Amino acid sequence: MNNTGRKFVLYGSILVISLAAPWMLPAYQTQLAFLWMMVLFALTWDLVGGQMGYTSFGNIVFFGVGMYVTAVIQRNLHFDIEEYVHVAGAVDMLTPGQYLAGLFLGLGASTIASVIVAAILGACILAMGMRGQYFGICTLGLGVAAGELASGWEYIGAGSGMVTPVFPDGLGERGVFFYYIFFLLAGILFLTLRWLYSGRFGLAIKAIRDDEDKAEAMGIHTTRYKIIAWCICAFFLSLAGGAAGHLIGFIDPTEVAFAGATFGVWMILMAILGGKGTLWGPVIGAVIFHFTQELFWTYLFGWQRVALGGLIIAVVVFFPQGIMGWLRDRWPERFGYWVEESSGSDPFGDAKP
Amino acid sequence: MLKKQKILIALVFGVAAVGLIIAGPVGAKVEGDTIVFGSAVSFTGKYSTNGKHTKNGYDLAAKRINEMGGVKVGNKKYKIKIQYYDDESTPARAGQLAERLIKQDGIKFILGPYGSGPTKGMAPITEKHKIPMVEGNGASRSLFNKGYKYLFAVLSTSEKYLAESINLLAEQFKKAGRDPSSAKVAIAVENDPFSMDIRAGVLDDAKRWGMKVIIDDKLPKELTDMTATLTKVKALKPDLLVVSGHSKGAALAVRQTSQMKVDVPMLALTHCEAADVIGKFGGDANYTLCATQWAETMTYKDKWFGFAGDYAVTFKKAYGYMPPYQAAESTASVLVYVDAIERAGSFDTKKVRDALAATKLETFYGNIDFDDTGKNIAKPMVLRQIQKGKLVPVAPSKFAGGQVIFPKPKWATR
Amino acid sequence: MQGFQILFAAPIFSVQLLIDGILIGAIFALAAYGMALVWGVMKIINFAQGEFVILGGFIAFAFINTGIHPFLGVPLAAVSLYIIGWFLYRLVIVRIVEKDLFISILATFGISIFMQQIMNQIFGADVQTAESGMGTWFLFNNNVTVLQIKVVSFVIALVIGACLALFMKKARLGQAIRATAQNARAARILGIDTDKVYSTTFALNAAICGATGALVLMIWVIQPFMGLAYTIRSFMIVIVAGIGNVAGVIVAGLGLGAVENFAGFILGTEFQAAFVFSLLVVILVWRNFLLKLKRSYLE
Repeated sequence: MNNTGRKFVLYGSILVISLAAPWMLPAYQTQLAFLWMMVLFALTWDLVGGQMGYTSFGNIVFFGVGMYVTAVIQRNLHFDIEEYVHVAGAVDMLTPGQYLAGLFLGLGASTIASVIVAAILGACILAMGMRGQYFGICTLGLGVAAGELASGWEYIGAGSGMVTPVFPDGLGERGVFFYYIFFLLAGILFLTLRWLYSGRFGLAIKAIRDDEDKAEAMGIHTTRYKIIAWCICAFFLSLAGGAAGHLIGFIDPTEVAFAGATFGVWMILMAILGGKGTLWGPVIGAVIFHFTQELFWTYLFGWQRVALGGLIIAVVVFFPQGIMGWLRDRWPERFGYWVEESSGSDPFGDAKP
Repeated sequence: MLKKQKILIALVFGVAAVGLIIAGPVGAKVEGDTIVFGSAVSFTGKYSTNGKHTKNGYDLAAKRINEMGGVKVGNKKYKIKIQYYDDESTPARAGQLAERLIKQDGIKFILGPYGSGPTKGMAPITEKHKIPMVEGNGASRSLFNKGYKYLFAVLSTSEKYLAESINLLAEQFKKAGRDPSSAKVAIAVENDPFSMDIRAGVLDDAKRWGMKVIIDDKLPKELTDMTATLTKVKALKPDLLVVSGHSKGAALAVRQTSQMKVDVPMLALTHCEAADVIGKFGGDANYTLCATQWAETMTYKDKWFGFAGDYAVTFKKAYGYMPPYQAAESTASVLVYVDAIERAGSFDTKKVRDALAATKLETFYGNIDFDDTGKNIAKPMVLRQIQKGKLVPVAPSKFAGGQVIFPKPKWATR
Repeated sequence: MQGFQILFAAPIFSVQLLIDGILIGAIFALAAYGMALVWGVMKIINFAQGEFVILGGFIAFAFINTGIHPFLGVPLAAVSLYIIGWFLYRLVIVRIVEKDLFISILATFGISIFMQQIMNQIFGADVQTAESGMGTWFLFNNNVTVLQIKVVSFVIALVIGACLALFMKKARLGQAIRATAQNARAARILGIDTDKVYSTTFALNAAICGATGALVLMIWVIQPFMGLAYTIRSFMIVIVAGIGNVAGVIVAGLGLGAVENFAGFILGTEFQAAFVFSLLVVILVWRNFLLKLKRSYLE
């Protein structure tokens, strides 16, 4: 079987397994949904952090913005705002039509909102040339500040948070519904990134990572690429946030929406674990991390956070190149970059599918 | 892509699948002659202190019930066992754990988590799967206006916690010949769901009496210092200061009001017992009003533990410290469940649910009678004042034994 | 803006806020000294700084429970944490020195989670405190209260700052530390044992945090999960002061404490933390902007 054929089999089998998963393992529907969310987390972080070299600790901002915007639209569309805030939650059930309308309208609005936020932040931070450790710290501050600001804003529930409407009857199982949404999001993200990385965009951002000043000198509009990358990141994260808010059911500003200490850190960890800067690395890292976490939870009761801390240290200290990185070192002819001399088509044909 | 890569990807997914299977069901609703209850409790995170009290409460109930022969269903007596997970004090985790307990572990009877946040995370799921949840530590009123039919709470809801203090203040004003609506109230609560509900209750009651709320501070969650708020209190001189910030808030309030010599005629807190303010601050804690769901001096009793005082002794023997109300209400939750299962005579969740809804039970914790929304309407909140290092019930004045000392003597005279 | 009105009507309360803010800031500055050192010398951002502080508090608490005077808890905690810090360096930190900065953030974040849980298991999740036995000063007709223990901590913060500065300037090891901070490779070539420098710096950081924790125990309360506040504040102080600038730390610390206190009072306590972090972001963006005008950037 030639290369294309193998690719087809691989993608095809993943697609089939993924589509069938919620029916094969009905007890784990929500967890599988979260698995795809983790994949999305890792991939979006890797775009800006791994491929472009700008390690951001604040991508969670976009996740939270998406979550709140969707929830607010859902609430404002169907309920009396004052009553909702006073009673801290919906009193009546929504019809499937209302729920879906609110959800999708909300998701649409969150993408717009988060891209705007990304553009503004990009203009203040990326366009001004902040890099490296200060960029990381600045985004860390942003993440925490966003959570604290949300905690103080009455309109979105302040410290009490917001409750998203109960999943209505008639749309099937909640876990299955959101599983497919997250799967779809992760899938579209993956394909988008694959297309981007194989073209000029991928080259440009890798050039930025390798040596930004030289890239700028060679004529690449680094600022433009940086901001676009961040906006793409924001776009997908906000969609994930909006969906997650409805899946979890209760939005707490610092624990769920702008959860820097959990989701925010895991994003980075998963990408590193799998191998940052690669296409499949974050996916592998997300899958392994998610399942390891579940195992810790079940079997290391009371000590699971100790184990998690230990895992973080182990990965970061002893295994920073990640799985893909390790594979590349071990079997460079199989996993490494291919540089082929051929006429015409793009000279940097990756060995990745 | 090449073969090795394909194998790798397949391997990863395979490991994942194996992992799932290994992490499979750990228990089912009834194993042999043991009924398994499921619970997600905070072992780590900011609620871990009270999570511990909750677990101890549940465990003590299970122990006692098993000692007394177990639960009678049909002709057989069943022992009970509780399966725990750590919700890390977050609602998202609690929600996921609810799914795990119900779907993976096959649990049919759930005991609630600690805290309104985690309970809010779990309730939609237990409701969706029609699994009864009896909880004793999620007091937020927003849990009870969603039409949940499978949620039952043995405790008084959150807005009642410190509302009694407003009534007490009004009473004292009237006794002194002053107009209650001239009273000034200061609120300092932590910016989290539970404390905000308490605030809402206090605001509602203050509005009823026409009192003015002159300070309304929302303390940050990672609170370390209250001096800014206390400075405002010194400046504006309210008649009542209400503080709710879990154990940390209670400890800081007592400590810093004494350090800064802040004079407030009435100081009302939540979580005094859990923070052990008497033990830590001695005389400085005197005259503080403490809201509690339960006191060991109450005269409620039941067939499992005897009087409230007897329960306290049993608990102290088992765990080495006096039970705070969080433990007592957790124990009560289990008792309510067992009573309902026996009355239903079956493990069918719908029948148990209906039996729960019809509960009319006196426990050492208080009377239990659920209304249509699942709230317990038969048990009032109690306010106790620390007098000479002891907690004395002072409100509701009708049922309390003690007399409140009002106003709090100024620090200069102490 | 209720806070504003109060201050306008009774300016005396500004004095209280200022004093409180400065005294709180001194404690944060104490936690920040070590952070500045470790960051400057080892290029590591220690995200477990707050946990070191809390651990110091718990160790002091354990000692106090055996009957010794609370004040002895300070040096005892410092020594204990020095040893713990040294071990931590040997086990983990030595492998991440001179590597990518964000690796250090993640690794120390892992350490912080680890430590939180260990403390939770060993000391329990309860809030703890200790009585220093010191009183309060009352000024301006009882309108301003100043806790004596806080003033003592303030003095300790100044003293430690001065000692550190002196140490760095005069002592051999201090000079070695500075040399390593400037250029580790050159220092090695010139015969400085950089490994010893690193281990000492990290252990010293832990020791200062330990002492801070013992003080926090006497002033406020501690609990295993309360460390983050100290980590974040010390972090901010170091950024404002400039990395490696030990003298700047005390000034930045006092300033930040005062500003935060006023902000909480005026804007409302629920926005206190938001204000602090937004300030961090603004400061960084502003600094970067200034550099951009010189066609440079913050890196």
